[in-house]
Amino acid sequence: MKERLSREVIALRAAREFPDGAVVNLGGGIPSLAANFVPEGRRVIFHAENGVLGFGPIPSRESEEKDHMLGANGAPFIALPGMCFFHHADSFGMIRGGHIDITVLGALQVSEEGDLANWTFPKRGLGNIGGGMDLAFGCRKVIATMQHTSPEGEPKILKKCTYPLTAPRCVSLVVTDIAVIEVSEAGLVLKEVAPGWTEGDVQALTEPKLIIDKNMKEIEL
Amino acid sequence: MPRTYNYYGMEVLSEMGIPTIYKSPEEAVADIPDGASVMIGGFGHAVDKPQALLKALANRSVKNLTIISNSAGAAGALGIGSLGGKPFIDEEVLIKNGLVRKAVCSVPASLVISKPNAFERLYREGKIELEYVPQGTLAERIRAGGAGLGGFYTPTGVGTLIEEGKETRVIGGRKMVFEAALKADYALIRAYKADTRGNLIFRGIMRAFNAIMPQAVKTAIVEVEEMVEAGELDPEVIVTPGIFVDRIVRIPGREG
Repeated sequence: MKERLSREVIALRAAREFPDGAVVNLGGGIPSLAANFVPEGRRVIFHAENGVLGFGPIPSRESEEKDHMLGANGAPFIALPGMCFFHHADSFGMIRGGHIDITVLGALQVSEEGDLANWTFPKRGLGNIGGGMDLAFGCRKVIATMQHTSPEGEPKILKKCTYPLTAPRCVSLVVTDIAVIEVSEAGLVLKEVAPGWTEGDVQALTEPKLIIDKNMKEIEL
Repeated sequence: MPRTYNYYGMEVLSEMGIPTIYKSPEEAVADIPDGASVMIGGFGHAVDKPQALLKALANRSVKNLTIISNSAGAAGALGIGSLGGKPFIDEEVLIKNGLVRKAVCSVPASLVISKPNAFERLYREGKIELEYVPQGTLAERIRAGGAGLGGFYTPTGVGTLIEEGKETRVIGGRKMVFEAALKADYALIRAYKADTRGNLIFRGIMRAFNAIMPQAVKTAIVEVEEMVEAGELDPEVIVTPGIFVDRIVRIPGREG
């Protein structure tokens, strides 16, 4: 069995996509870990949909936690210079209005056209749309992070999503525990593979045909 | 409930401009009738939920409420969104006590799949209705309701189940879906401080839906941690102008 990347490493790889000065919203789960891996020297302004921009990391001491300083995932944050608060209509105006550069969202399924399904699956019967739909429609770049296959080993990168969609044609980059895949007009382009994995290994666990990038390389850890 | 209309035929959404100060949350929610629509503020954290008003309402024998809120009680019982993971009161208390017929929200189900909330259980038994609204669409529908608009076109939801049954049009080359404005009879709101004119200020993340719902209802009921005389809040920093606020109750200390 080849080794797959941990959740932290998936988040670390996604965080490399944040350019200096970017405004970034992180979804729950793996995406939320990306806050810890902003490449050195880059200033990233984090947005949380419950109404805060420019907040800092989780406080190191419990005594510094404040009940009015919690992000959308419920985790406390510390104040940073330049931080600001606002209400929900403004917060989602920022999202739909194209003022958020990048969102990183967890995914249950991604299609070869970049369709995203991440809010429910048929067995559950209902689910939580939350802010994910607005983020997927509104942010300038959507990065999906996920395990490459389901717990049963089935592909989650599919020709067509079978679960209810969050948004069609929104994902531009998929970072999984075995590969980095770009969504292009021509199809899915395999850009990077996890150490020890080959393009054939990744293709075998991916439903649509992958285009192998001519500069395909191993993910640098 | 009697409805009043202005010169332009638009429904008048407010009691008069000066709020009434109530002694207890129970008195402040005592007249909410069967079948009322009630907006509930906050995002879903302990500090932004009107916990005292929710508790007071949940203890009344009111039925068939429609609640409009970000969540239908997804996190309070789990303690997600409070310091130290302490459980707190959210919409679930209304649902558990059988007050709610329908929820209009973006987060109806528990945040932890293995620990279903009261809404999910009733929904699976067909005993409660749900209108899914993406969170940003919910915020904007409420904002539009308070601002006297009929609705708006948004790209969010096109090509998903949200689009079903709704009018669409292409604007600037992009397909958009029409979303109608939302109004309600009451709002239960949590703020940090109010003055006697109803002007509100918040702390940190408390604004969320709290700062947009009072505008969109006939009777906005606000619980605050502190109450001051008019003139004591800096007019430059007031978030919610007092004319939107109808009832204020000061809660002793903070719950949650």
